[in-house]
Amino acid sequence: MTATRDKFGRPIVVVTGMGVVTSLGSGQADNWKKLTAGESGIRTITRFPTEGLKTTMAGAIDFVPVEPFSSTDLSERLADIATEEAIAQSAIGSKGDFPGPLFLAVAPVEVEWPQRLELGRAVGATVDYDGMLRVSGGGRFTQYHRRFLFGSVADHLAETFGTKGSPISLSTACASGASAIQLGVEAIRRGEADAALCVATDGSVNPEALVRFSLLSALSTQNEPPQAAVRPFSKNRDGFVMAEGAGALVLESYEAATARGAKILGIVAGCGELADSFHRTRSSPDGKPIIGCVRNALSDAGIDSDQIDYINAHGTGTPENDKMEYLGISTVFGERTRQVPVSSNKSMVGHTLSAAGAVEAVFSLLTLEHQRIPPTINYDVPDPAIPFDVVPNTARDARVTAVMSNSFGFGGQNAVLILTREPL
Amino acid sequence: MTETKSSNPGAAEVWITGIGLATSLGEGLDANWEALNARRINVDEKGFAPYVVHPWAPVNLDTQIPKKGDQRQMEAWQRIGTYAAGLALESAGVKGNKEILGRMDMIVAAGGGERDLAVDCNILNLEAKGNSAPGFLNERLMNDLRPTLFLAQLSNLLAGNIAIVHGVTGSSRTFMGEEAAGVDAARIALARIAAGQSDIALIGGSQNGERKDLLVLYEFGDFNLRDKFAPVWARRENAGFALGSAGAFLVIESKAHAQARGVKPYARLTNVVADLAYRKHPGEVTATLEKLWSKLGKLADKGAIITGATGAEPATSEERAFLGEHPEFAVRATGTMFGHTMETQFPLGLGLAALSISRGALFPANDPTGLEVEMSKPPTQIVVIGAGHWRGEGMALVEAIK
Repeated sequence: MTATRDKFGRPIVVVTGMGVVTSLGSGQADNWKKLTAGESGIRTITRFPTEGLKTTMAGAIDFVPVEPFSSTDLSERLADIATEEAIAQSAIGSKGDFPGPLFLAVAPVEVEWPQRLELGRAVGATVDYDGMLRVSGGGRFTQYHRRFLFGSVADHLAETFGTKGSPISLSTACASGASAIQLGVEAIRRGEADAALCVATDGSVNPEALVRFSLLSALSTQNEPPQAAVRPFSKNRDGFVMAEGAGALVLESYEAATARGAKILGIVAGCGELADSFHRTRSSPDGKPIIGCVRNALSDAGIDSDQIDYINAHGTGTPENDKMEYLGISTVFGERTRQVPVSSNKSMVGHTLSAAGAVEAVFSLLTLEHQRIPPTINYDVPDPAIPFDVVPNTARDARVTAVMSNSFGFGGQNAVLILTREPL
Repeated sequence: MTETKSSNPGAAEVWITGIGLATSLGEGLDANWEALNARRINVDEKGFAPYVVHPWAPVNLDTQIPKKGDQRQMEAWQRIGTYAAGLALESAGVKGNKEILGRMDMIVAAGGGERDLAVDCNILNLEAKGNSAPGFLNERLMNDLRPTLFLAQLSNLLAGNIAIVHGVTGSSRTFMGEEAAGVDAARIALARIAAGQSDIALIGGSQNGERKDLLVLYEFGDFNLRDKFAPVWARRENAGFALGSAGAFLVIESKAHAQARGVKPYARLTNVVADLAYRKHPGEVTATLEKLWSKLGKLADKGAIITGATGAEPATSEERAFLGEHPEFAVRATGTMFGHTMETQFPLGLGLAALSISRGALFPANDPTGLEVEMSKPPTQIVVIGAGHWRGEGMALVEAIK
């Protein structure tokens, strides 16, 4: 293969470095071993008291110490770890000098309860926001301005890894990771950059974040045993499980990567997106936005659904998502729907929210590399309305040349990536 | 550090064909234009004293957000933004045009929504009285938080609401990161259209400045303007920004797309460039702005600059030093008239630049220090500047279409 452009004349975009950290562990090797062994990273939460909560488990990452804890600090640490691994594998640039822009998917940043409580204590007496304002200034809490700016994690990464230009922090809810990759792909296709660093991170397991999803009835309450809580595509699925993690990908033009002799791990052949205007948390019942999004991705890659031989599902395990994902895929794939393996990494790592799209892109590329499909675990009671081959409970060797990775999120966000082993 | 490269030279020309403004000065282009020309400023020194804020001018929300149910699902920042987005679509003549809206791309620059202050204070007071049993916080949050508040706070739900209310569904991307998010929303949307990756896009943002939780965040860094309002350039002795309230959205599209549907443009969006200075040493902002200036394209003498200078230091003084190197340009600081609307300030500047070009005049100076000078001739080029209060520098060139 000598062509450096795809069939549409655009630069081919390749992956030359990957990093991942999830509740299963840190790094590609550890994650892949556990993912293909069907292990779960979901545990009973020990980070904070769970009294009074309906959901008491999560895929929290407690092996990365952050003291004092804030979700933003943990997000930053996880992003650091994944990015270090990706850049080391890619061997691009030099230390602290990444030759391209940064696209970061990150959860919206906000002042968190430990800091708010600290502020409340500083007020003394009766606490109101006027009192909090009176004690906020004067330099006592300057570090919280720096920490809780929305751009703070991206600024840190840009400075640490020496990315170029204005770093972009983005949120498309649970599709954010895929959107970060899409922005990188587009920049390289435009010829603006030869390389892009696409990172997605989430360290959101804190009481208020958990309560927020719980109040929307989005979370599983099957707390015992925690490892069995996420049941994508099963009849007895009852919600997703919050999890933490980060994924990082070094994207390069095929031309730049081959010129420097980099090892190519895979191709980002296509990206699709389409927004849903039906409802803030629910998909349009006719499935049209998801169907359109899948078709946009296939058409962007210039391939037919027949060429997809594995689908890395969004597969959150909520009753709504899995039903709609089936409707979307089955409409596009028709009679092939039952033959194409469709598995959910979230059955093991949980839902890493803002990070999920990138974490699952890394796992999709590892699937291509190892020619082995990770299973959907906890699949004991099939849902007859979703007759997917979910690769139940046990990993499977298979010939995989093209993977479709789906991401859907609150706010009508839909994003789909097409990843391949070789240029198309 | 290298500045972010601008879009391909020779690529598709991009026009600004829609502007939606709903600000502290009023709604719509005429109301804002009249207020600017009358040097009218809507500022509140009392309601949040000692902090100064610019309150949003009330509108009849029903005209852009017809369903009360939709209005109830949003917090103020989302209502402001969804309202302004509707005005922009109307101004571009695409409101309700399902064929175009269904493929229109959207990049929103967003912060987050307001907290429930009563819930927060109740928890803090109970905690102060010794309620620290395990699970105390959980129990209060489970009982006291409104389930839908989360959706009114989530950054990407401004875009989500615009999709629901106005039907913009080609794509939906939300950029965060304070002032720079507004610059990058314009930069990426322009680059995509210029490169043929997109034909038409809605970009913008919104902020409600009447928020104590937002004031707390900026007070941590001593950034809020206190006690008395003063124009941005007259804040040397009392530095800071007054939070503003505004929604500002633009419809931008390729020239070919605009011509095919026979729409009259306001101006051309010629270039958007951005960078991130680490600001470790004095002068970095000045140097970065100078570098971005050199990347904008050919600038004729005696043009105009619309800047989102915040009034916070040291960034404002560094920007003043940069402006001092270009004394032949007539400068206008939007922070004086609108306050600081953070993510929205750059889209607001773009909107005002396009509006000024289309009306054939730059709005009058509003500055006792003399930095802003009058401009008698119609502007044909306006440079829009956005230097963040803490991080991020951006610049755009808006030009008249001959």
